[in-house]
Amino acid sequence: MSIQRVKTLNPHERKVINMAMTLAEKIFRSHLRDEPFPGTKVLSIDVVLCHEITTPIAINDLVARGKDRVFDPEKIKVVIDHVTPAKDTKTALQGKIMRDWARRQNIRDFFDIGRNGVCHAIFPEKGFIRPGYTVIMGDSHTCTHGAFGAFAAGVGTTDLEVGILKGVCSFRDPETIRINVNGTLSEGVYAKDVILYVIKLLTVNGATDCVMEFQGDVVKAMSMESRMTLCNMAIEAGGTSGVCMPDEVTVDYLWPFISGDYAEKPAALADFKKWWSDEGCSYKKVIDVDVSDLEPQVTVGYKPDEAKNISEVEGTPVDQIYIGSCTNGRLEDLRVAAAYLKGKLISPMVRGIVSPATPKIFRQADEEGIISIFMDAGFCVTNPTCGACLGMSSGVLAPGEVCASTTNRNFSGRMGKGGMVHLLSPAMAAVTAIEGKIADPRKFRKETL
Amino acid sequence: MKTYGGKVLFLDRSDINTDEIIPAKYLTEISKEALKPHMLEDLKLEGFHAQDAAVREAKVIVTRANFGCGSSREHAPWVFDVNDINVVIASSFARIFRQNMFNCGMLAIELPEAVIREIFEHKGADASIAIDFEKDILTVTSLKGAKAFPYQLAEFDKALVKAGGWVEFADARY
Ligand code: SF4
Repeated sequence: MSIQRVKTLNPHERKVINMAMTLAEKIFRSHLRDEPFPGTKVLSIDVVLCHEITTPIAINDLVARGKDRVFDPEKIKVVIDHVTPAKDTKTALQGKIMRDWARRQNIRDFFDIGRNGVCHAIFPEKGFIRPGYTVIMGDSHTCTHGAFGAFAAGVGTTDLEVGILKGVCSFRDPETIRINVNGTLSEGVYAKDVILYVIKLLTVNGATDCVMEFQGDVVKAMSMESRMTLCNMAIEAGGTSGVCMPDEVTVDYLWPFISGDYAEKPAALADFKKWWSDEGCSYKKVIDVDVSDLEPQVTVGYKPDEAKNISEVEGTPVDQIYIGSCTNGRLEDLRVAAAYLKGKLISPMVRGIVSPATPKIFRQADEEGIISIFMDAGFCVTNPTCGACLGMSSGVLAPGEVCASTTNRNFSGRMGKGGMVHLLSPAMAAVTAIEGKIADPRKFRKETL
Repeated sequence: MKTYGGKVLFLDRSDINTDEIIPAKYLTEISKEALKPHMLEDLKLEGFHAQDAAVREAKVIVTRANFGCGSSREHAPWVFDVNDINVVIASSFARIFRQNMFNCGMLAIELPEAVIREIFEHKGADASIAIDFEKDILTVTSLKGAKAFPYQLAEFDKALVKAGGWVEFADARY
C-alpha cells in the first residue's frame, strides 16, 4: 500500500493555469451566491436536513427574533430519529417542537414515528439527494450524502438556522484529498474496513477543511450503500464532505425518482458526468490504497483512527453487539450479518441489538427472512432510531462495558458513560456475537439467505 | 461584541472532542443556560476536575491540536458561552467547531504549535490572556511575566465577530 503526495497549487494559481476542476469546485462554482471575502464562499443550499437534536434551538431562536419563516418548505426535510419513541419529557418536547414547526411551515417531508428512520439513511432512500447538490444538516455525519456526488456538510445550529431562513451557508474554498481504492476486496472485508483503514492513514484531523474524494475500481464496483459507508466516516478524519463520482450505480439507485426527468438512464448518466472531477484538476493530496491484502479492521482505542488488523485484536471479550446506524444499518449490512448468523445462536456471554435504519429496510429485511434470522439467533430488534449509537436510548452501556459496534464513533462514553466501543463491520459484528469475543469473519461460513 | 479575555484554563491534550465538552445526554436540553453545570464533565485529562474553582473562573481556554472534533453540536460553544468563556486558543480546530465559535461571535484562535508551547509555559502560574481584537494581538500575563503574541483571523471570521454572529451577518446581507 503506497501513499503518494502531490504538489498543491493555491486556488489562484489553479485558476490561471488550469481550468480543470474537482467535483467540489464545480459544485461551489455553480452554487456561488456571494464571496464576502477572498477564500470564503457563501453557497445556495439545495436541501436543508433537520433532526430533533440540533434543530429545536434554531427554531426557538428564529421565533425569538420574530423571523419564524423558512426559505423554501420544499427544500427542508425533517425527521425525528435520535430518540424515538420519546424516552422522557425532554425528548418528547423536542419532538413536539419539530412537529409543530413542520406543520406551521408547511414542510411536507416530515418523518414522524412510524415513518421515521436514521437521517442519513432515510433521506437518500427518499431520493432527496442528487448529484451536484449542496446539502447541510446540523449533524456531523451529513458527509454521508456526498456518496451521490453532492457536497454535503455537517454544520452547527447557527449555520442550520441561517440555512432554514435564507437557504445559504458559508464555507472556505474546498481543497480535495483524492483516495484511489484499487485491488480486490477479500471475502470478509467490506467498505467499513476500507474506511477505517483510510482514517488510520489520514489520522483524525488529516482531512480537516478538505473534501475526501473516493475513486478507484473498488469504489466503482461498490453499491450506493457501501459508498455511503465510506463517505459517512469522512468526518472522522476531519473531512467536510466525502464524495464519490455519480455513475451507473447512482443512476440505478435514483431512477425511481428521476425517471420523469430523463428519457433513459444513459441520458441521466451523461448529465451526472458533468460533475466528475476533471482530468488534470488539482488535489491537495492523492492517496493510493491497494486493498487486496487488507485484513478486516477494528478500532481499539477512543479515536476512530486507532484501527488494527483483526489478527491483533481477535479474542477480545465484549458485552454487547450493536448492528445499526447511519454507517451500517442498511439492508446490505443486515444481509451480510444475517448470512453469518443464519442457523447460529449468539453467545450467552453477550447481548445483541440490531436496529434497521429505516422502516423500508425493516420491512424488506422482514420479507427476506432476515429479521427472523436475527431473532432466532437471540438478537433484540429495535425500531429504526439512532438510539444506542450516541448512548441516548435503546442500548446504553453500563460503566466498564464493551460494545462491538457497526457505528462510526468510539469516543469515550459515546454509547454510555464509562463504556468502550470497538468499531467494526457488520460481518465482524455478527461473528463476534456468535463467539462472544471479537472474531474474524474470514474464519466463518457465510450461508446463502 | 462580547468581551474577550481573562483567566486561562489550560487543557493539555489534543483531539478533545465535543462529547467531552458536553456529553450527548444533555442534548435533550432546549435552553443554553441548562447546559451550564455540565461543561467538560466527561473530559479525560489527568488531574482535571470539571468542578474546580479554576475551571469555573476561566474565561479563556488554551489547548493543543484538533480541538472540538466529533459531533456538530453547537452545544459545545454554547456551554463555554454560558460559562463566560468566549475564547479558545489551539494549534488547530475541527472545522465545524471553529465555524460554530465564529457563528456565535466567539473567538477560535489558531496559533503555531511552538507558540502554543510557549503559552503553556505559563500553566500553573495564575495566567491571564488579554485580547486586542483591533490589533490582533493577545497578551499572556502570569507570575512568570508577560508576553504579547500576534494572531491572525480570516477576514470573514473577523466580520462575523464584529457583526455579533452569522445570523446577524447573513440577515443584513442576504
Ligand atoms: S446513527 Fe449515530 S452517527 Fe448516525 S446520525 Fe444517528 S447518532 Fe449520529
